[in-house]
Order: sequence, then structure tokens, then C-alpha cells
Amino acid sequence: MTTTPKKPKKLSMKARYSALTRDLDWEPSYVEFEKLYPHVTYEGIKIHDWSKWEDPFRLTVDAYYKYQAEKDKRLYSVLDGFAQGQGHLTLSEAKYLNAMKIFLGGVTPLEYQAHRHFAYLSRHFAGPGPRFAALCQSIDEMRHCQTEIHTLSNYNKYYSGFHNFTTQHDRVWYLSVPKSYFDDALSAGPFEFLIAIGFSFEFLLTNLLFVPFMSAASFNGDLPTMTFGFSAQSDESRHMTLGLEAIKFLLEQDEDNVPIVQEWVDKWFWRGYRVAAIVAQMLDYMLPRPVMSWKEAFELYFERQMLDGLFPDLAYYGIKPPRFVQQAIDEKEILSHAVYWVFYNFSFAANFTTTIPTEEHQAWLKQAYPDTFEKYYQPRWDRAKEIADDGGRFFFGGLPQLCQVCQIPMTFPEPGDPTTICQRNSEYNGENYNFCSDGCQWIFDREPEKYIQAWLPVHQIYQGNCGGPSVPEVLAWYGIAEGDNGEYEGSLDHVNWTRWHAQQADITGAHPDAQDAAVDAAAVKEA
Amino acid sequence: MAERVAQARFVSVDLQETEDNRALIEAIVADNPDIVANHFPGVVKLQSATQLVVKRASVEERLGRDWETHEFQMAIVTVAGNFTEWDEDEIVIAWEH
Repeated sequence: MTTTPKKPKKLSMKARYSALTRDLDWEPSYVEFEKLYPHVTYEGIKIHDWSKWEDPFRLTVDAYYKYQAEKDKRLYSVLDGFAQGQGHLTLSEAKYLNAMKIFLGGVTPLEYQAHRHFAYLSRHFAGPGPRFAALCQSIDEMRHCQTEIHTLSNYNKYYSGFHNFTTQHDRVWYLSVPKSYFDDALSAGPFEFLIAIGFSFEFLLTNLLFVPFMSAASFNGDLPTMTFGFSAQSDESRHMTLGLEAIKFLLEQDEDNVPIVQEWVDKWFWRGYRVAAIVAQMLDYMLPRPVMSWKEAFELYFERQMLDGLFPDLAYYGIKPPRFVQQAIDEKEILSHAVYWVFYNFSFAANFTTTIPTEEHQAWLKQAYPDTFEKYYQPRWDRAKEIADDGGRFFFGGLPQLCQVCQIPMTFPEPGDPTTICQRNSEYNGENYNFCSDGCQWIFDREPEKYIQAWLPVHQIYQGNCGGPSVPEVLAWYGIAEGDNGEYEGSLDHVNWTRWHAQQADITGAHPDAQDAAVDAAAVKEA
Repeated sequence: MAERVAQARFVSVDLQETEDNRALIEAIVADNPDIVANHFPGVVKLQSATQLVVKRASVEERLGRDWETHEFQMAIVTVAGNFTEWDEDEIVIAWEH
């Protein structure tokens, strides 16, 4: 078929965007500029012409709401159908949801914080282009927070670990990793926040969180998560564009901005990359049907697209790849194994369970990590299995030393030596501070006054601020309920999963007693 | 460890692989001769060594209805490159320097 040419519109997209965003701005006449926009100079960033900010999406309010409403409609019809059709029983396995418990406690509250802070930017930037882009992103982030809660609330009806995520975000040891990362950004100036979250997180690293993970949700039968993930990700491409425009705008405005931006890129790449370690272990260990290893995802979405694609563009402005990028590349075959081992050791104090990877899963890990898994990590799992087969289950008995900056326990190896744990330290005002890496130490040494204030979960427990000195008291303060934590095999979720599938198989209902066989077997074992 | 060697640059766009997006994906493949398409669960990744162009007319021809370039936002998952052009008639994704 042939299409007829479009009827001429009254305004082109460019003219419409200009009329409906830029033209609504005005020059203040009875308030001084510095009083209207008090936060845009103290970071040392120089802006000469705010109108040079480009928005390639040329989004206007009417178009924005039209498409966002359509995205929500599509998502909520999927959520409804999945709930109505007992979709949770078609997941690959109940243990898959451990990844979603981490997502809900670790990521969803950050969406809300991003909503708040982009609203602040949409007030305080001194140009209508970035203000409007920040306003749209602020509303997007609220939508992401809400859709994530709605998506995962259906699982909360049937599974443990989802019920208390907001309190846990503020209290549980491993959730202080994403929380402190975002608090670090929120307490920075508006331009640093833009480079921290808009550029370094949204552009450089967000693909590693969402894209492989949503493909994994699709592969593991989690239709709602796949749908909300892709729905959020369609906004994400707009956020990436904002982040990229932001950095180019700052670099083009004044040459003096270049060294400031370079240090922020160096800092925020490393901060974001350390948080992404949690994603690495989800991809490699928590998916019963793995899709893409961390190493593959990192090579494709970071090395190929960012280092080979983006950074030659930024070199034009004098920006170099992030300072500690080589260390991240060197860690790609180590990262997930180190972090999941920590989770295996400490899941008695978390809102999720862990277990030894199955033989089949270990065979996949061996394929994905031919140089490291069999040599360094398989022997650990062999040992953990021996202990488990003898009727024990190994959990770590003490509390770990945390990194003062990223707040991850000391678990990362020395560069070039996977068998030695790296630890660095700096002295400040007569106190000793510990770090997991050169990157985190460098970040601390730049701004020690900021990081000495860190709320480190282990220190807080020792100081008596977390419910009491014993493990049960701390878990009660965390709001961990029976079935949330520990080992997956034999856990409440595992037992229920087995029972529900036995019920489905028993189509005549001839053996109603047998339906509870799994529960009874577990009870007998305990007795 | 050895410094990594940079590899050839590409621009890319990842789209949700749905029935709604079939016409869009076909149009992009037809309009970009050096395109490479990789399929992941739920997603198709379109890559090009030069640039990627999305033409309204090509999408409409396959879709059999009017299509505005803003609708591209419903399909996109992620992008590597800049949107160097986005108007009524086409979207162009390329690196700038």
C-alpha cells in the first residue's frame, strides 16, 4: 500500500516543543536571579547560556501524559491477568523470587528518592529545558516506584520476604549499600547529582540492571516483572538521553567545568559499579534459568557500548574513561562469585534465602567463567555441600568488616590475585577507616568529612542501635519474620511451592491428605 | 592485567519484541542496510556500525495506519548513541564525534 503525505500540521514538532516548554519561561524582574536560583553556582560549574540545552525527545506535556497513560494501561492489564490466572505457579521456581525481594528492598525505594530529587532539580535549574526534562523524570520515577510495588505485591500474598521492604531499606545490612549510594547523591549539589544519577547511573550502568534482568524475568516465567521492567525501561531511554545531554551541556558551557565533571565521572562510576555487584550475583546465581552472565552483560552493555561507543565521543571534550575502570574490567570474572558467597554466608540476617547452586547451575557457571569458576569457586561449594550433607548448613558466625564508602563487606580480591582479599585504610583525625578497594579509598580521601558520617550497619549493631546485642534481637529490629531468611531448601517458600504443585498434579483430589505430604515430611524431619 | 583493546564502534537500539512492534522492527531493518539483529528473550537488539534511522513513512507502510515518531517511546528499551535527529518524519541515532 502507499501512504498519503501527512496533512501539514499547524506547528512542527520542534516549534511545538519550543512553544510549549521554552516559551513558558520568563526573565525574573522583581526577584534577583541569585535569589530565584540559589543553588546553581556553589559547585563551581559555570553556565553561560541555559538555552543551549537540547532535548532530542522534544517532549511536551500532552504527549508525555498520552504515552505514559498508555504504558500504564498495558502494564496493569498484564498484572491483572497474571494474578487472575494463578501466574505465580508458572514461575521457574520459588527461589527465583529471591532476586525480586532484593530488587524491592534495594531498588524501589531509590526510585522514590529519585522522584523527590528530580522534582528539586525541576525547581532549581535556571533553564526551562533541563527543568522540564527533570520534571518528566521526577514523575517517571514515581511511576516506577508505584508500578514496582504493585507488580511485586501480588507475590507478597504467597511468598515470604516482601512484606516489610521500606523499613528494611533503612535498616538491613546489605540494603545500606544501595541506600548509602543514593544518599551520597542526594546530599551532593544539583550538578553533581545530575552526573551521579543522570549520567553515571542512568547512562553508563542502568542497562546492566534492567535489560539482562528483564530478559531473565521473561525466561523465568515472571511476566509482570518483565512488563514493568520494559515499561520503566522505555522511560529509561529518555533518562539516558537527559544524562547524556547533561554531561555534554556542562562540558560545552565552559572549559573550567571539564576537570570537575571528570572527577564526578570517576567517583560515580565506581560508586555505581560497586552497587551493581548486587546485580552481578542476581544474574549469575539467583536465576533458576540463567540468560546472560554478568561477564557477558558487562562486556556488551558496558565495554562495547560505553567504553568503545560513548567515550570516544566524550574524548572530544577532554573527558577520559573513569579512573578505576580497568579494575572493574579485571573483576568481571570474580565479582558475582565473591558477592553471592557473602550472601550465602549471611542470608540468616536478610529478607531472602540462598542455597548451594545445583550441579546443572554449576556446569553453566563453569561454561560462563572458564578461567575462574572451577579453579576458585567450585571448591567452596563442594565444601559447603559436604557440610550440608552432614546435616549442617554453614552460616558465618561473626560480623564482617564493611567498607567505609560502598558499605560492602571486605570480599573483593587484590587486583590480579583472586585468592587474597583486598583491604585498604586511611587515617583521618586520628581514626582509622577501612576500604574494599583503591576506588573506594580514593573517594573517601577526596571528601573525608562526608564519609566519616556513614551509617555502617555492623558498627551500629556494636554500638547497640539495632535492637540489641543478639542475632534474634537484630532480626526482630530488621522486621524479619519466620520464613523470610536463611536456607532455601526446606524454607517456607520451598515447602509451599512443593505443596501447591503437588495439589495441581493431584487432579482427582483422591488423596487430599497427600496434598500436605511435603509439609508433613518437613515436620517429621524437624521432629 | 593487560589493558583492553578498543573494538569497532557501533550504535544500537534495543526494542521490545512484540506483535505491536513487528512493523517497526521490519521498517528499521529495511531502511538500514548494515544492520545486525540479535534476539534475546523479549528483546531484539539492532546494531549498526554507522547510524540507525527510523522513518515514519516506512513504519506506516508496514503498519497500515498513521504512526507518529513519538510512538517510538513505547517500543524502546535502551539505546547506545545520541538521538541526533527526532522530528515528524524520522529519528536518527548516531555518535557525534
